Amino acid sequence: MDSHTETAALREQFETPGQQKEISTLGMWIFLVTEIMFFGGLFLAYAIYRREFAGAFAVASNTLDVVVGAVNTAVLLCSSFTMVLAVRAAQIGSRKALIWFLILTILLGGVFLGVKAYEWNLKFEEHHVPGPSFHLEGTAEQGPAQLFFSLYFTMTGLHALHMVVGEGLMLFLLWQAYAGKYSPSYYTPVDVGGLYWHFVDIIWIFLFPLLYLIARHQH
Amino acid sequence: MITEAVEERENYLNASYGIKSWLLTKDHKRIALLYLHTITFFFFLGGIFATLIRLELLTPKGDLVSADTYAKLFTLHGVIMIFFFLIPSIPATLGNFFLPMMIGAKDLAFPRINLLSWYLLVIGGCFAMYAMLAGGVDTGWTFYVPYSTNYSNTYVVATGLGIFIAGFSSILTGLNFIVTVHRMRAPGMTWFRLPLFVWANYATALIQVLGTPVIAITLVLLIGERTLHIGIFDPARGGDPVLFQHLFWFYSHPAVYIMVLPAMGVISELVSVFSKKPIFGYRVVAFSSVAIAVLGFLVWGHHLFVSGQSVYAGLVFSFLSYFVAIPSAIKVFNWTATLHKGSISFATPMLYAFGFIGLFTVGGLTGLFVACLGVDVHVHDTYFVIAHFHYIMVGGTLMAYLGGLHYWWPKMSGRMYPEGWAKLSALVIYLGFNLTFFPQFILGYLGMPRRYWTYPDEFQVLHVMSTAGASVLAVGYLMPLIYFMWSLRYGAIAGPNPWGATGLEWQTASPPPAHNFEETPVVTTEAYDYAALAAMEEAKVG
Repeated sequence: MDSHTETAALREQFETPGQQKEISTLGMWIFLVTEIMFFGGLFLAYAIYRREFAGAFAVASNTLDVVVGAVNTAVLLCSSFTMVLAVRAAQIGSRKALIWFLILTILLGGVFLGVKAYEWNLKFEEHHVPGPSFHLEGTAEQGPAQLFFSLYFTMTGLHALHMVVGEGLMLFLLWQAYAGKYSPSYYTPVDVGGLYWHFVDIIWIFLFPLLYLIARHQH
Repeated sequence: MITEAVEERENYLNASYGIKSWLLTKDHKRIALLYLHTITFFFFLGGIFATLIRLELLTPKGDLVSADTYAKLFTLHGVIMIFFFLIPSIPATLGNFFLPMMIGAKDLAFPRINLLSWYLLVIGGCFAMYAMLAGGVDTGWTFYVPYSTNYSNTYVVATGLGIFIAGFSSILTGLNFIVTVHRMRAPGMTWFRLPLFVWANYATALIQVLGTPVIAITLVLLIGERTLHIGIFDPARGGDPVLFQHLFWFYSHPAVYIMVLPAMGVISELVSVFSKKPIFGYRVVAFSSVAIAVLGFLVWGHHLFVSGQSVYAGLVFSFLSYFVAIPSAIKVFNWTATLHKGSISFATPMLYAFGFIGLFTVGGLTGLFVACLGVDVHVHDTYFVIAHFHYIMVGGTLMAYLGGLHYWWPKMSGRMYPEGWAKLSALVIYLGFNLTFFPQFILGYLGMPRRYWTYPDEFQVLHVMSTAGASVLAVGYLMPLIYFMWSLRYGAIAGPNPWGATGLEWQTASPPPAHNFEETPVVTTEAYDYAALAAMEEAKVG
C-alpha cells in the first residue's frame, strides 16, 4: 500500500522519494531567501528614514495600538504552533488531526487578517493615511510622518498579501488532506507549506517591533 | 538509409505532437525551445528599435523622429533587450536545454515551475508590448525618479509590471538551477567534474535569486509612488530619489553578470573543445565565476558617481569595482593559456569564442576607465558608456550566445548548420559590431551625451560610421535566422558527437530522447578529459 502511494507521488525526474522530499524542501528554502531579499528593500528604506527622521517616526509609531499589535502577534504565533502540529500529524499519519490543525491554522490566520483590517480602517478614520487629508498631531514634520505610514501600509500590506497566499495554500492542503492524499511516506506539501507559513510569521516578528515598539518609552 | 533511421528514432521532438504537447510540456528541452522562439522574437523587436535609433542619428538634425519618440525608442530598445532578451538568453535556452543533460539528469528539479517561468516571461512581455502599443514609455530603461514617478506621461506602470513579472521568471529559473545542480547530479558527477558551463550558470542563478527580488520591490515602490503617491522617493515628504538609484542598481549591476557569466561558461566549453584540451586551471575558472557573482553585489555605487553620493562612498565603490577585473582577467588568461599548444579548429563556434575574447577584453578594459572616479565624471552619460556596455552585452553575451547556439545546434536539432554561411556570418557580425560601437568610444570621449536625438555637425562622421556598422550587423544577425531554419530540413545529419566533445550531453543521441539518456550515466572522469574519451571510443571500436 505504502509503496504504491510512494510511486504514485514520485515525479518522473526523480530517482527516489527521499530525493524528491529533499529537493522540494530545498526549493522552498531558496524561495524564502528571495522573499527575504524582497522585504529587505523595505527594511532598508525603513532603516534609512527611521534614522533620518527619528522624531517624526517616534510620534507616528506611538499612534499604533500596541495592545492590538501584541494580540495579533500572539495569534500569529499560535497559528505557527498549530501548523507545526499539523506537520506532526501528517508525519504520524493522523488524517483527522491533520485536518483539524489545518483548520485551526486557517482560522487563526483569518483572525490575524481581520484584526489587521480593523487597524487599517482605524488609520483611515484617524487621517493617518498618506495623502492630502493626512494629519498627525504632535509633530511639525508632516512629510516624514507620512513616510512612516507609507512604510507601515506597504510593509503590513505586503505581509498581509503573503498571509492571503498562505491561507490559499492551507486551503489547498486541507482539500488534499481531506481527500487522503498524505501519508507518513508522503507529506512533503504539508512540510513545505509549513515552511512558508513560518516564514510569513517571522516577517511579522520583525515588523511588530520595528513599527510598534521602537521609541515607545519616550512617550 | 541513415536519414530514415534518425527520423524514426523516438526523440524529444517527435515523442508527442500537437500544440498542447508544447504549451503544456514539462520537458526542459522543449521549454528551452519555447524560450528560444520567444527571445528570438524579442531580439528582433529590440533590433527594430535599435535600427530606428541609428537611422535617426545618421544626420545631426532630428529629421526622422521627434525628441519624444526618440526617448521612447531608446527606452523600449533597452527594456526589451535587457529584460526580455539578454537576461533570459543563455540560461533559459542553452542552460535550460543543457544544464540537466550536462550533469546527467532526466530533467530540472521542478519541471512545472520551469514551464511556469516561461509563461511568466511571456505575460511580462505582453505587459511591456501593451505599453509599447498604447503609446510607449520614455524614462529610459533605468526608470529614474522623480521623472518616472512625477513627470513622465507615458506607460511607466505597465512597463514596470511587465518587468516585475518577467523578474519572477528569472528568479524561478535560478531557483530551479540551484536545486538541480545540488541534488540531481548523476553518480560520480562531483562538483569539480562539472562542466564550467554548469558552474557559470550556478553562479548566475545565485545572482538571479538574490538580486531579482530587490528590483521587484523597487518596482513595487515605483508603481506605488506613481499610482498612490506613497512618497518613499519623494523629496517633498523627506523621501530620497537617490535611494531609488541604490535599490535599482543593487539589482541592475549584478544583472550585468546575469548576462555575462553564462556567456563566459559557453566560452569555456568552446575554447576547450575546439582546442581539444582541458581548460587551463579548471578550479580557478570555476571559482572565478562565483567570485564575479559575489563581487558583483558590492559595486553598484559606481553607477552613482555623479548622483550626489558622498565622495567617500564613491571611492569605496570605485576601489571595489576594480576587483571585478581580477576574476574576469583570470578567465581571459586561462582561455588563452588553454589555446597554447592546443589542436585548434576554426569552426564557427570557435570564431565566436575568439570574437568574445577580443570584444569582452575591450569591454572589460574600458570598464576600468568608467570604474575610475575621475574619468567617469568626464565620460558619465556619454557614448563612451554606451560603447562600453555594448562591448560587454553584445560583444560578450550575444557573441557567446550565438557561438553556443551554433555549437549545440546539432544536438538540439540533430542537423548541422551550413559551415560556410555560418563562418561568413560570424565574420560579418564581428566587423559590423566593431564598426558600430568603436566610433562610439570616440564620440563619448569627445563629449557626445547619450539619449540625445540631435548633435553638433562635427560628430556626424563618427555617427555615420556607427549607423553603417549597424546595418552590417543587421545583415549578420539575419543570416543565422535563415540558415538555422534551412538546416532543420536540409542540414547534414549531425550524429551524436560531431565535435568530439566530452560533455555528457554528447554521449546521447541527437536530438536527445525525451528522458535525455537511455540509462543514467555514471561519471568516472574529470571534465574535458579528451584522452579518456578517445580511449572509450577506441574500446567501442575494438
